[in-house]
Formats: sequence, structure tokens, C-alpha cells
Amino acid sequence: MTPYPVLQLRGLSKRFGPVVANDDVSLTLHKGEVLALLGENGAGKTTLMNMLFGHYLPDAGTVEVADAAGALQPLPLGHPQAALAAGVGMVHQHFALAENISALDNITLGAEPLWSLRRNRAAAKAKVEGIIQRSGLSAPLDVPVGRLSVGERQRVEILKALYRDARILVLDEPTAVLTPQEADTLFANIKAMTKSGLSVIFISHKLREVLAFSDRIAVLRHGRKVGEMPTSEANEAKIARMMVGADTPLVEREPLAPGAPVLNLSGMSVVGRSKRETLNAVNLSVHAQEIVGIAGISGNGQHALAQVISGLKAPDMGTVAIDQAAIAHPTPARMVKAGVGRIPEDRHHEGIVGAMSVAENLVLERLTEPDVSTGGLLRREDIAANATKLAKAYDVRGPGTEAQARLLSGGNIQKLILARVFERNPRLILANQPTRGLDLGAAAEVGRRLLDARARGAGVVLISEDLDEILGLSDRVLVIRDGQLIEAPTRDRATIGLMMAGETV
Amino acid sequence: MIRIEPRDTPSRAFALGVPLLSALVALGFAAIPLLAAGANPIAAYGAMFKGVFGSVFAFTEMLTRATPLIFTGLAAALAFRAKLWNIGGEGQLYLGAMAAVAIGAGALDIPGIFLVPLIVVMGAAAGAVGMAAPTYLRVKFGADEVVTTLLLNFIILILVQMMLEGPLQDPMGLGWPQSAPILDQGMLPKLMDRMRLHSGFILALILAIVAQFMLIRSVWGFKLRAVGENVAAARHAGINVNRSFFGVAAISGALAGLAGVSEVAGLKGYLTADLSPGFGYTGIVVAMLAGLSPIGVVLAALFIASVFVGADGMSRAMGVSSFLADLVVSVSLLCVLVGGFFAKFRVVLAGKGEVAQ
Repeated sequence: MTPYPVLQLRGLSKRFGPVVANDDVSLTLHKGEVLALLGENGAGKTTLMNMLFGHYLPDAGTVEVADAAGALQPLPLGHPQAALAAGVGMVHQHFALAENISALDNITLGAEPLWSLRRNRAAAKAKVEGIIQRSGLSAPLDVPVGRLSVGERQRVEILKALYRDARILVLDEPTAVLTPQEADTLFANIKAMTKSGLSVIFISHKLREVLAFSDRIAVLRHGRKVGEMPTSEANEAKIARMMVGADTPLVEREPLAPGAPVLNLSGMSVVGRSKRETLNAVNLSVHAQEIVGIAGISGNGQHALAQVISGLKAPDMGTVAIDQAAIAHPTPARMVKAGVGRIPEDRHHEGIVGAMSVAENLVLERLTEPDVSTGGLLRREDIAANATKLAKAYDVRGPGTEAQARLLSGGNIQKLILARVFERNPRLILANQPTRGLDLGAAAEVGRRLLDARARGAGVVLISEDLDEILGLSDRVLVIRDGQLIEAPTRDRATIGLMMAGETV
Repeated sequence: MIRIEPRDTPSRAFALGVPLLSALVALGFAAIPLLAAGANPIAAYGAMFKGVFGSVFAFTEMLTRATPLIFTGLAAALAFRAKLWNIGGEGQLYLGAMAAVAIGAGALDIPGIFLVPLIVVMGAAAGAVGMAAPTYLRVKFGADEVVTTLLLNFIILILVQMMLEGPLQDPMGLGWPQSAPILDQGMLPKLMDRMRLHSGFILALILAIVAQFMLIRSVWGFKLRAVGENVAAARHAGINVNRSFFGVAAISGALAGLAGVSEVAGLKGYLTADLSPGFGYTGIVVAMLAGLSPIGVVLAALFIASVFVGADGMSRAMGVSSFLADLVVSVSLLCVLVGGFFAKFRVVLAGKGEVAQ
């Protein structure tokens, strides 16, 4: 049987005001195929899928989906129910599950008649178990979803789509929250399911997994499809070039001998309301000229660690020392004064005051310094000159330094924060998810700046969920799990992945 | 089909034009009840205009009426800039007024050059104290200051009534619930002979200019704006958010307290429980009309005072109710709120803007 097309997008275009989100994009998905849809942030992947699912009405173009017999039928656009009815299911990056009811109820929720008096739970369960058997996607069905792990929740989401007889499955960044092992299992399951006729589109920006698991690759850039090829003909450099439109600068880490310790956390505990806010007797030292990577699945205490180093949270037990001087009552201002540069996890929420100008945001952390204010009054010429200088040095692009900071793109907001942090030559840098949501070019720039700071003698704490990023930049790797920090004995991906999952190695 | 899209940058022309247009639209709407009352709107508005600009006396009356509104408007505008919702201007006004009569009505018989500044400073301090508890509860326990400051207004008003029948009651007042008059040398100097306009108006103008300058040019104002626009980023950047809250709360309360000082020591001379016809609440409207800009507060206060004073004149000349003034003020506030929406968003008719390039 030759693979026939099950989904055809023809000439889809969508504009939002002056922004072209998708321009004449055509895609074909064949039966039993895994198509990877690659592109940087803002390349138009999500817009494209939202048009397929009827959330957006395309300005031009058509969508056709194969019916059960395999004949392509036009899909009415702009109707979210139409795609579901035609057998297209989507698993979003952020799960849409009710935590207080069981996995089985989550799966059947909405798929049964609203007004029927009796629910045929046994039949539903039998059907789900059948799907589990065929696909290998196992999840405990009778436990409230709130108690399941992230990997299990994702399988429940996929089961939810399959329960609705999806023949085409769209996965949006499915591995963002998984350990490497969980990701491997997921892809093995997907492979098995495609054997029985499921077709899959998976959206990603991780080149490694795309090359390992897809059959075909389509690359979007600036809303256009810039390339399409069988995975067998692709390699990392080739796809990266397509995504960015130019060769990405390689970030290379030269060996440096670590200097004196700049950060010492000893026996530090934070009592929090949840796992992400809790730390248990953590010891950590970071030296000058050293990048220490903190790997781990999100929600294992990274938040508490970052809050302490930022000065936003005082530890309940233990001590914090910067440059071997203990900080008795950490506050953000004291940490800044002690020479800590902080790149916050949520740059929009904590990094900038969006309604204030780029120039004002660049001096946000040093309002009382003599070149920013004298006698309580702002030195506006100096602030403006500082902004012009830093915007040039750090390539912050946008409508100008007097414009509101919220008008900058995500990458440029991050450059603004980098400028603010690095310009002070900090002794210690906390980089919390510094490249999340950035395109490859901007992410490489962040990496280069961190390495520059290290070469100038700073110590860096790099918290990231992207293991590749950690391995690429860090001199030492620690794994955070359940509020504890454990030094990784090797740089082996598989070993670190097991540690992230909580297994002893 | 009509779509609503956010604007890339809020339109500056809108920011300036919306209050003006709102005022005009509000006057347009108010013509409807005027017609219903059987009056010719053009003649009525003519009478209204004359009621404000027809004579020096009318004009100074308008400025006199604007004075407490500038104070309470500034009080609201500064607090709102920090997203500290001080709805308690009315109560703080009475606290300021009480302090003024407590000191000025014979307790201290000292020369005016000492007494007047003392009354002003103590009145401001009393207003500031009125914000202490709500701000503490907000910072410490997250209690909603909208509720606490609003409820304090009623508590303070009852306190005023109690004081006026107790310690502050005028012994020569034949039992009326009113305070003894402020000593002559304690009154704020009049600005013109035979007019009621007093130097409180000058003080209000000076404070508006100072507030504008501090907000835009000082480190204090920078922190205030940062806290108001994004409290998480301000805290992360090392700004002491609680200190900013307490600082602006004190200044906001002090400004509202000065409204009470200026009404008692500038105009009435003694305190009664009906000193303010809701200046504290109208100050919120003034601040919103002004887009929370201190200089804008002056203009908005002059507009609203013109409407009120003009409506009195119109009411006498045309025989229509002066309640129309309240209508104009309310409608203009609604127009500003709607206008603020259009400054941030634009309405696009489908078909337009989707033409292929």
C-alpha cells in the first residue's frame, strides 16, 4: 500500500495587522508518517495549527482531511469542532486536564452525550484499555490526574485524542516537560502507533529529537515554508541554517581554571508550599570563571533556588555567601550591591516594567548611583546616553530607547536585561531559563555573553530545562530533584536523565 | 464584521484629545434632559458659560470651588499611579479639617505667621495618618485598601459628628454641632478683596507642579511608577516596594487632608459635618479625567468646578435643576473611560487592512 495523503494544507495565509504570521504555506501529511514541523519562535508554527483547528480563520487557503475511506474532503474553516469531527486531535504544550478527576473521566469528558442519564463507564474503560494495548501508552486510569507525573499526564492527553478516534495527531512541543528517557518512550510509542495507521505532526525546535524520530521535516521561517525534506537527507547544520536563514554562530567553551568561590550556599533550606518552592539542605559553591549548570525537570526547586540567589526569598535555614561574605538578610537590593546579576525566568513579568521606557528599564537596578541620579533627581541626559550606548553594544533593537519596553520582541527584551546585568561586571550571574522562548540566534547570543562574563572572571549559575544547553555551556552539572542538589558524576545525557527522573546512579 | 485590535502604541493624540472630547460629548448628552425640561440648550449653556466667565466674582467662585478638587484629585492621582487605590480622600479631608480647627480655633493664640503654617502642616499630617492603617493592612495582610479606605470614610465622618457635639463643639454655638471658628490670624489669606478666593488655591497649584516634577524627574517618582506598572519587576530590581507604598500613601493622605484645611481655614472658618459635598469622591473623578497626571488634575478640577458653578448659574437663569452638573460630570467620566479604551485599541472594519500587498 503506497502512503496516501491524509491532510493537505494549501496556500494558507494569515496576517495580524502588519504582521504576516503565515504566508502561502502548503503542507502534506501522508498516512502513517511522522512529520516534524520546525521553526523558531514566531516562525508561524502555532498559527498554522490554530488555523487547522479552526481557532483562526485563514485569510486565504484551504484545508483538506481524508475521511475514513481515505478520500480528501475539504474542512470547513473557522469551526473548532470540524477538525475534531474529521479525526484530527491536538495535544497542547500546556495540558488541558482537570486535576481533581480520574484519568478515565478526563479522557471521556466531553466525548459523551451531555444529557444521557447513565454513563456507560465500563464500555468507555474497555475502549481506553484497548487503545492502551495497541499504542503502548500506559497511564493509571482510576487515579486523579493531579497525582500523575508529567509524562503520564501527557499520555492521558494523547489517549484523550485517540479516544475521539483521531487519525491525525498534532503534538505541540511534546518533550518540553519530559526527561530524556520519557521522551524516548514517547517517541517509541508514537512509532508503534504510526504502524497502525496514525499520522503525526510534531512541532519542535529541538533538532536532535527531530532528526531521530521523524520521517520528514518541514521548516518554517517568518511565516513561510522555507524547506522540506526527508529526514534521511537532513542533518543538524542544514536544518539550523534553514530555521535561522544563516549559519548559527557556534558557541565554544574554552577551558578555564576556576578561581575563588563567588557563591556559597551551605545547608540551605527553604520551606515552601509546593515542591517548586522547597529546598532541602542544599550545598552549592560556584567559583569565578566557572559556569555551573542546574539540570532538572521544572518544579523541583529551581524556583526556590533562583529566588534565594535573587534575594527575593530569605532561606529558612543555612547561609548564603557572596565572595565569601555572608549575606545576613538577603534582599534584591543587597544581592545587586554584593555583585549578583540576575536574569529572571519570566522576563516579561519580573525582568522589565513594560510601560516604562527602554532607557528607564536599563537603570532599574541602580537608581541611586551617581550617573543615574544626584540629590534624588534623575539625570535624564545621562540615562538617555547610557541607553544609547547599551542598546548599541548589546544590539537591542526596537522602536527606540525612549519607547516603552513592552514593545520590544522577546529576544530584544532579553538583550535589554543582559545589557543591564553584564554592564555592571557582576561577580555572580544567575541565569534562570535564559534562552526559553528565544530563537536560535538570540539564544546563541545569550550563551556567548555568559561565556564572555565567565572569561572576565564571573561565576554563573545556569538553571535550564534544556539539557543540551546545560551540557554546551557548563563546566560542572548538578541535578536538582525534589529540592535537593546532586552533583552529576558524568556528562552523559542518559545518566543525567536518570538522575532527573529521581533514580540513583 | 467589526474587529477590535490593540494599537502598537497608545495614540498620543488620543491621550490629549480624549478628555477634551469627553467633556464636549458630555455637554452634548446633557442637552437631552435640558430639552426634556423645556429649556433651550444653547441658551442654557450660554447661561452656564456666563455663570463661570460672566464676572470676576463668578470666575473666582469657580477657582474657589476647584481648590479642594485639585487637592483631592492629586491625592487620588498619585496613589493610583502606584496602584494603591485610596478611595478614602473624603475621610482624610475631614481629618485634615479636624486638625485645623483643633489647633486653629483658639487652642493656640500665636501670630498668624506661625499659626497658618502650623495648621497646614498638622492638617496634612492628620490626613496622612488616615492612610496609615489601610496601608499597613494592605502591605502586611493583603487587605484590599479599596474596602478599608472606603469604610474609614464613614467611620471618620461619625467621629467628626461626635467631636462636633463633644470636645470640638463651639461653646458659643447655641448647641449647634459645629466647631468654634478658627482665629482670624489662623485663616489662609484671601487673594482678592471682597472675593472668597483664598491662598489655598495657590498652594494647590504649587503642589500640583511639585507633584508633576517629582513624579517624572525624581528617583522617588521613578520608583512609584515602577511599582505601579509592574510590582514584581520593581521588587526584583531591588526597589523597596513597601516603602514606596507607605510613602505615596502618606503623601496621598496629606494632600486630601489639605483639602480639608483649605476648606475650613480658607473658606468656611469653622467645621461642620457637611463641610464637603463629596470632594473626596469627586477627586477620584478628577484624577481619572486627568489620566492620573498632576498637571492634568488642575485642568480637570477647573473643568468640573466650572460645570458645578456654571450649573448653579444656569439653574438660576433658566429654572432647570442644577443636578444637571452631576450628570455632565458623570457622563464625561464615562466618556473618558470609553475614550481610554479607544486610545489602546482600534476598531477595524473587516475587509479593510486585509488587502493583498
